[in-house]
Amino acid sequence: MSANFVALTYLFAAVLFILTLKGLSSPATSRRGNQFGMIGMAIAVLTTLTLTHNMAYILIAIAVGGTIGAIIAQRIQMTAMPELVAAMHSLVGLAAVLVAMSAFNDPVAYGIALPGEILHSSNRIELFIGTFVGAVTFTGSIIAFLKLSGKMSGKPIRFSGQHWVNLGLGIVMVGFGVVFFLSPSWTPFLIMTAIALLLGVLLIVPIGGADMPVVISMLNSYSGWAAAGIGFTLNNNMLIIAGSLVGSSGAILSYIMCKAMNRAFLSVILGGFGGGEGAAADSGDGKQKTYRSGSADDAAFLMGNASSVIIVPGYGLAVARAQHAIKEMSNALTEKGVHVRYAIHPVAGRMPGHMNVLLAEAEVPYDQVVEMDEINNEFADTDVVLVIGANDVVNPAAKNDKSSPIYGMPILEAHKARTILVVKRSMATGYAGLDNDLFYLDKTMMVFGDAKKVVEDIIKSLA
Amino acid sequence: MSGVDPVVLNLTVFVLAIFVGYHVVWNVTPALHTPLMAVTNAVSGIIIVGAMLAAGPQEMGVGTVLGLAAVTLAAVNVFGGFLVTKRMLDMFKKKSK
Repeated sequence: MSANFVALTYLFAAVLFILTLKGLSSPATSRRGNQFGMIGMAIAVLTTLTLTHNMAYILIAIAVGGTIGAIIAQRIQMTAMPELVAAMHSLVGLAAVLVAMSAFNDPVAYGIALPGEILHSSNRIELFIGTFVGAVTFTGSIIAFLKLSGKMSGKPIRFSGQHWVNLGLGIVMVGFGVVFFLSPSWTPFLIMTAIALLLGVLLIVPIGGADMPVVISMLNSYSGWAAAGIGFTLNNNMLIIAGSLVGSSGAILSYIMCKAMNRAFLSVILGGFGGGEGAAADSGDGKQKTYRSGSADDAAFLMGNASSVIIVPGYGLAVARAQHAIKEMSNALTEKGVHVRYAIHPVAGRMPGHMNVLLAEAEVPYDQVVEMDEINNEFADTDVVLVIGANDVVNPAAKNDKSSPIYGMPILEAHKARTILVVKRSMATGYAGLDNDLFYLDKTMMVFGDAKKVVEDIIKSLA
Repeated sequence: MSGVDPVVLNLTVFVLAIFVGYHVVWNVTPALHTPLMAVTNAVSGIIIVGAMLAAGPQEMGVGTVLGLAAVTLAAVNVFGGFLVTKRMLDMFKKKSK
């Protein structure tokens, strides 16, 4: 196949990838978008296959990897999506490092050097960048995976001089990059790769559990940049375009997540928040605050007689596997003529949009699920808000208390509703380790217990 | 124009692709951010193209073995990413009465 024809099919595939992302602008067009993506990938892979000699081996490798991927995709629990995504980022990172090593080993095979030549100097810089980003993505995502899946504590791991150690390692790594640039050989290449792998670990360990939505978006972005970096080395536009699309997507998601938590990107990266170091923080005024608690029957009575109910689900709902129960409960309420909607905070899960997927899995119609900006004005006209498994995202301190660490974070304004029901295990604090004034309002009723159990009791009581 | 370095051409494509990505992604509805992440995961599996080229040379050696390993890893992403996205998007399709 001529190089021009290959480049044109790559262009076609790239357009299909853009349409894939475009399709996600609404649930109605999203599935067709995903199909465009599959077609684009198939075209890119088949085109590339005609350029290779070891077709049999390559097809076997695709079949093995593809089978593993397909099985995982079928079996994965929706609550475990963040771990899956993190694990997949690490694969892209590792693949990028392997391809970079192979390109350095034999640049002639890629057509980026003539026989007998070594890698060009500009390719060496690109190779260095691609390898570095790939290696950081690889080990960083493994740490993110371990933290998200609970195989490693979500607490930030910090030691004194951490940032200096990272900075020092970074400088040493760039130093070996320069050595590699001046005299390309395996020794500096492998040393700089090893340092990059170590940096990936060190950069993610100090970041706490609450910041995981940012981290996972950021690693999503890195995995794209790694692919684009390799594209530069190989002079391959397909890799550059697809990599940049992914890179900018992840960057935008990181930005959205930071904004939703009112956190500066840099301070997330430097880490340390959300691991509960201030877990004992209380209001500080020493007063014993009183709250009202009630039973599931009381909650059912209040909601059954309301004309409008907004449900504010948090990750606690997913942990308790109460999505299906809550769907049943809202059906029961709808049958009684209650107008039920769900209000979603952008960080109401472990990754961007996670709660929407969990509700969709429970077959909650997506037109009942409303984003924060659209529903915030409506709390004041709402009879009952049911907060379930959420805490910090409804903490009015974010709006009223300038001294609060979460001051400025956009919240769901549940406190404006006429009655607030909060389902919680106990009075314990949320991720940010803060007390929540919402719980002590006169119009708030606490319902203690496991989310699923409480919701099931409410359903019984409604019947 | 004939003397333009490929690095500059690559950079042109790179910058334009970032702009396209930026504008397209801002239009993605927040409800679909998790599928977005899963599908971009699949798209970043495009590294499979580089991996296949690495595995391509007739003569087997260190480079081709590394390439085949990378093909396997990237294939997990491609298949896993697109299929799990499909699974999620199918859930959004279902509308109860």
